[in-house]
Amino acid sequence: MSQVKADAKAPTGARRAAPMSPHLQIWRWHVTMAASIATRATGVALYVGLLIVVGGALTLALGPSAYGTFMTVMGSPLGLLVLFGLAVSIFYHLAAGLRHLAFDSGKGFLPATANATAWASFAFGIVAAIAVFIGAFMIKG
Amino acid sequence: MGDSSYRTPLSRARGLGSAHDGVARFISERATSVALVPLSLWAIYGALKISHAGYAGATAFLQSPVNAVLAVLLIAVTALHMKMGMQVIIEDYVHQPRSKIPALLLNSAVCWLAGALGVFSILKVALLGAGAH
Repeated sequence: MSQVKADAKAPTGARRAAPMSPHLQIWRWHVTMAASIATRATGVALYVGLLIVVGGALTLALGPSAYGTFMTVMGSPLGLLVLFGLAVSIFYHLAAGLRHLAFDSGKGFLPATANATAWASFAFGIVAAIAVFIGAFMIKG
Repeated sequence: MGDSSYRTPLSRARGLGSAHDGVARFISERATSVALVPLSLWAIYGALKISHAGYAGATAFLQSPVNAVLAVLLIAVTALHMKMGMQVIIEDYVHQPRSKIPALLLNSAVCWLAGALGVFSILKVALLGAGAH
C-alpha cells in the first residue's frame, strides 16, 4: 500500500528505477544457477577455442614450418591443458545448449528435471572430454 | 483509472507487440545452435583424425570435399553463433555507450576476421593442397 502511495507521488512521466534482483552474493548456491553460469563461461572459452582452430587452419595454409610450430605449442603440457578445457567446454556447452532448446519449447522446467539435466550436463562434459583424450592417446599409442 | 503514473513501465509496454526486429535474431541463435550440434561433434572427430597425422595428413584430410565443406561450415556457423553470444554478454554487463559500442564493434571485428581467415585458409589448403605456400 505504501509502495503505491510512493509511486503516486512520483512526477508523471518520471522513469522509475526497475526492480532489482538480489545481489549475486546472497543467492543460495544451486546447481541450475551453476549450470547457467557455466553455459556462458564455456561459451566464452569456446570463443577463444575458435580463434585457436582458425590459428591451426591459418598455419596449415602458411606451410609445414608454421603448422609445426602450432602443433608443438598445442602438444605442450600447457597446450594440452587448454585443449582439455576446450573439450570439456564443447561437450558441456553442447549438452547445456540442448537443455536450453528444451527450455525454449517449454519443457524441462520442473525443479527435479532442471536439477537432473544440469548435473547430467556437467557429467557429460567431463566424461566425454576424458573419453576423447583417452581416444587421442590410444591413436598415438 | 487511466492515471498512467500508477502503471509500471512493463505494464505500459505489455500488449503493444514486438519491436519486429527480435524474432529473426532469436531464430538465428537457435538455428546456429542446432547446426553446431553435428558440426561440433564432427570437429572432435576431425581433431582426433589430424592430431597425429602431421602436416601431410592434415592437408590430405582437408582435401576431401566433405571434410573441407564441413570445416568451412564449422568455422562460419561458429563465428556467427559466438558473435551473437558475445553480443548478449556485452549487452548484459556493459551499459555505458562509450564502452558498449567499442566492445560490440570489437566483437564484430574479431568474429568476422576469424571467420574470414579460417574459411580462406581451409579453402586454400583444400584447393591447392600441400606445397602451395
